[in-house]
Amino acid sequence: MKLKLKIWRQKNKDAKGQFENYTIEANSHMSFLEMLDVLNEELIAKKEEPVAFEHDCREGICGTCSMVIDGQPHGPWEGTTTCQLHMRHYKDGDTIVVEPFRAKAFPVIKDLVVDRSAFDRIIEAGGFISVNTGQAQDANAIPIERDVALAAFDAATCIGCGACVAACPNASAMLFTSAKVSHLAMLPQGEVEAKQRVLNMVKQMDREGFGRCSNITACEAECPKGISIENIARMNREYLSASIGSDKSM
Amino acid sequence: MKTNSKIPPGALAEKWTQYRGTMNLVAPNNKRRIDIIVVGTGLAGASAAATLGELGYNVKAFTFHDSPRRAHSIAAQGGINAAKNYQNDGDSVYRLFYDTIKGGDYRSREANVHRLAEVSVNIIDQAVAQGVPFAREYGGLLENRSFGGVQVSRTFYARGQTGQQLLLGAYQALARQIATGSVQMYNRHEMLDVVLVDGKARGIIARNLLTGELERHSAHCVVLATGGYGNVFYLSTNAMMCNVTAAWRTVRRGALMANPCFTQIHPTCIPVSGDYQSKLTLMSESLRNDGRVWVPKKLEDAKAIREGRKTALDIAEEDRDYYLERRYPAFGNLVPRDVASRAAKIVCDEGFGVNQSGLAVYMDFTSAIERYGKSEAHLKGLHDPDAATIRELGEKVIEAKYGNLFEMYEKITGQNPYKYPMMIYPAIHYTMGGIWVDYNLETNIPGLFALGECNFSDHGANRLGASALMQGLADGYFVIPYTIGQFLSGEIRTPKIDPTTAAFAEAEQNVRDRIEQLLSIKGNQSVESFHRRLGHIMWDYCGMSRSADGLQKARQMIRELREEFYKDLFVPGDNDEYNPELEKALRVADFLEMGELMIVDAFNRNESCGGHFREEYQTEDGEALRNDEEYTYVAAWEWQDLAKDPVLHKEELVFENVELKTRSYK
Repeated sequence: MKLKLKIWRQKNKDAKGQFENYTIEANSHMSFLEMLDVLNEELIAKKEEPVAFEHDCREGICGTCSMVIDGQPHGPWEGTTTCQLHMRHYKDGDTIVVEPFRAKAFPVIKDLVVDRSAFDRIIEAGGFISVNTGQAQDANAIPIERDVALAAFDAATCIGCGACVAACPNASAMLFTSAKVSHLAMLPQGEVEAKQRVLNMVKQMDREGFGRCSNITACEAECPKGISIENIARMNREYLSASIGSDKSM
Repeated sequence: MKTNSKIPPGALAEKWTQYRGTMNLVAPNNKRRIDIIVVGTGLAGASAAATLGELGYNVKAFTFHDSPRRAHSIAAQGGINAAKNYQNDGDSVYRLFYDTIKGGDYRSREANVHRLAEVSVNIIDQAVAQGVPFAREYGGLLENRSFGGVQVSRTFYARGQTGQQLLLGAYQALARQIATGSVQMYNRHEMLDVVLVDGKARGIIARNLLTGELERHSAHCVVLATGGYGNVFYLSTNAMMCNVTAAWRTVRRGALMANPCFTQIHPTCIPVSGDYQSKLTLMSESLRNDGRVWVPKKLEDAKAIREGRKTALDIAEEDRDYYLERRYPAFGNLVPRDVASRAAKIVCDEGFGVNQSGLAVYMDFTSAIERYGKSEAHLKGLHDPDAATIRELGEKVIEAKYGNLFEMYEKITGQNPYKYPMMIYPAIHYTMGGIWVDYNLETNIPGLFALGECNFSDHGANRLGASALMQGLADGYFVIPYTIGQFLSGEIRTPKIDPTTAAFAEAEQNVRDRIEQLLSIKGNQSVESFHRRLGHIMWDYCGMSRSADGLQKARQMIRELREEFYKDLFVPGDNDEYNPELEKALRVADFLEMGELMIVDAFNRNESCGGHFREEYQTEDGEALRNDEEYTYVAAWEWQDLAKDPVLHKEELVFENVELKTRSYK
C-alpha cells in the first residue's frame, strides 16, 4: 500500500519545527515502527537526515515509544503502544499525521523525541516504599487479599510512557501520578508512608508544570495499559485525608 | 594466572555464609569517601546502585535510556525462581542449585550457583516489601507456577509482566537513593570506554547522547551491569538498544570474555514474517505449562498448510505429532529451552514446518481449555455441560492466566490464538556467556565488576527459565554489596580519583577518534544494513547449530564485512547533537568484533552442550554429545588486536558435589 506521511520535523529543542511530507510503500504485516524504519533507510540512502523517534522493546512494555498518530497518542488502536500498532489498520492511499507528545513538561528534543524526565522526578519525590535491602521479612508474613493484590497490580502496570499527558488538553499528569500512589497505597507494605507519599508526589507534579485535572478522561481512553481514572479519585481522597490536619501539604 | 576464581574454602552449603562472615568490611565513615560507578540500570544495575547507595557509598549510575525504568529487564514475562518451597512440593536450595547446574549442562561454577540458590529466597522477600504485586492465591499467600527443566513449582510471577514489576521495584529503590543524593543519576549517557589507572578500573568515558559531549567520570571502582549481546544476531527478542559496547570496551582494555558462544535460543517466539522485520517477540515460556507443541505427522499436510489449503483445525488428532511429548515423555512440553528449540528446528528441517517460510510449529491450547473448562463446570455444579460451554469456561481460565500474552500475539499476527493454535519458532533470547568474573563478581581487571547478564557466571551453557531475573537481582541486591568490600577495603586511603590525568585523556581521545572515524567514512550503506548482514552470518553459522566448516567460513565473512563497514558506512548528522544513527554505528562496530570472538569460541569447543550444538558432536538420536574429559572448563578469551588470534585462558570447572551426567529429560 502507498501511504502519505506528514511528520513533525524539529532539529532541536530551540528550533522551530514544521511538518514534512513523505510517501512510502508499506505492507500490511509491518508494524508502524518498522514502516518508519523503512522510511529512514530510504532517507539515509538519499543522504538525508532520518526521522528521530524513540523506541526500544517493541513489544509494548518499556514505555519508550511515544508519538501522536492522527491526533491520538500511540495511534488508533485501543490498549496499544505505537510499537504494537500494525499497518493492517491502514489502507492504500491513507494519509497519516505523526507528531511528538506535546506538553510543556515534555520539551521536544528532536523530531518525535521528547524529554519525559519529569516523570522520574515525580517518582523520586515519593513513589517508593522505604525499605533498605535486607530489611524485609518473609514474603508470606503478610497475606494480601487476592482482589487487593490484583487491583494494586492493575495500577502498577503503568509503563510511564506519558500518553496520558499527551492526551490531556491540560497536559495533566494525574493518571500517571495516581497510578503509582494507588499501587503503593493499596498494599499493606505501602500504607505506612502513604500520606507523606501523596503529598510529596503531587507537589512535585505541580512543580514540573503539568496541568490540572478537569475530568475529561482522555487519559484513560488513550492509556495503552488501561489504567483507570479510579486511581485519580483514589489519589484525590488520599490527598485530602493526608492534607487535613497536616502542615506538610503547605 | 588470569582466571583465579577465588572460590572460598569449606563445604558447598557453608561457603557463602562463612565467607560473608569473614570478608573485609568498609566502615561507614570510609564509605562516604568512596565513589562507585554503576553502568546500566536494569535489574542488576538498579538493585546494585540502590543498595550501594543505601550502604553509604557515593554512587554515580549511568543509563543510555531516557529513564532507568526502560531497561530490557522490563520485558521479562514469565517469572522469577526462588527456593521458597511454599508449595511443599520438595523444593530446596539444593534442588534449585542442582537444577541450575544440570540445566546449564555442567558448564557453570558450583559455588556461584549455590550462592544464587541461597539468596533467591531473600529476593522474593525484598520484592514483596517493595510492593511488587506478585500473583496471590485466594488465601492471600503467594502463588507459584512451573517452568522448563524442573519438576517443582518455584516460579513467582506477576501476570505476564514479572520483569516489569521487579524492575519498577528496583527503579523505585534507586529513585529513593537519587532523592537522598547518595546516587547521582546520569540518564541518556552511554559508556564508550573504561579508564584504567595503574591497572585498576578508575572511571569511564561517557557520551552525553543529547549533546554528544564526551564526559570523564572517575571513581574508586566501576561496576558493569550492561546486559547481554544477543543483538549481535540482529533479529532477537532483545530490545533494540541492547548492545555489547560497554562490555566490549572493557574487553578491549584487557577484561576476559568467557564462553561467548553460549547463547540461548528461546523456543517460543513469534516467527519471522518479512525482510523489514526489526525484532522478534517472545511468547513466555509459562505458556508451555498449558500449550502442547505439535506439527503434522504427514508431510503432505504440512505442505497443504504452508500453501494455505489447510489450517491446523483440519488436521485430525491422530495426524498430529506432539513431538516433545513423544521424544521426552518425562518432561514433555516443559523440556529446557535448548532441547525444545533444537527439536523444533529438526522437525522444520525435515519439512514439517507450518507457516509460509516453513519455519514454525504449533503451540496448541485446546487440551488445556478443555481440561480447565471441565474443572470450572464441575466447580459451578454444572452436570453434562456441552462442548461449547466447556470451551467458553476453559477460555476464561486461559485468559486469566495468559490474557496479555494472547492479546500480544493477536496484535502482532492478526490471528486469534483461542481459535487457532499459536505459531512459534525459536529465536535468540539471552546470552549465558559474558565477561569473566571471579566469586566476588570482579573481572580480571582489579576494581572492575560485572553483574547480571553481562557476566558469565551462573547459567553455564543453558539458562533455565525464570532464572535471569533471579540472577540479576541476586548479584545486585545480595552479592555485590558484600563482595565489593573485598576490593574497596584496600582503597580507603585512596583519595578521589583525578579525571584530568593522562589515562583519562587517552581514553577520551580514543573515543573521539572512533567517532571521528565513523563519521568520516561517508560511504553509501546504512548502519542498519550492516547489522542485518552480520545477523544473517551469525544466525546461519553460529545459531542453533554450528559446524567447524561453517564457523571457519563465517569468520572470514565477518572479517570481510568489517572491512566493508569501515570503507562504505554512511552515518548521517554530526557528533554534537542527538544522533541515534551514530549511537548505532558505534554499537555495530563492536558487534562486528564480538561476533568474531563468538565464532572463535564455538570453533574451539569441540562438543555439544546446552545452547552450543556442534553438528559433529551428537548422539545417534540427535541429542547433544558433551565431552567432559576435554571441555569441562570456562573458555575465557583475551582479545588481541584485530590481526591476531584471541588468547584462550582456561578456568577448569571442578565438580565436588554434583556428578556429571548426560542430561536426560526423557
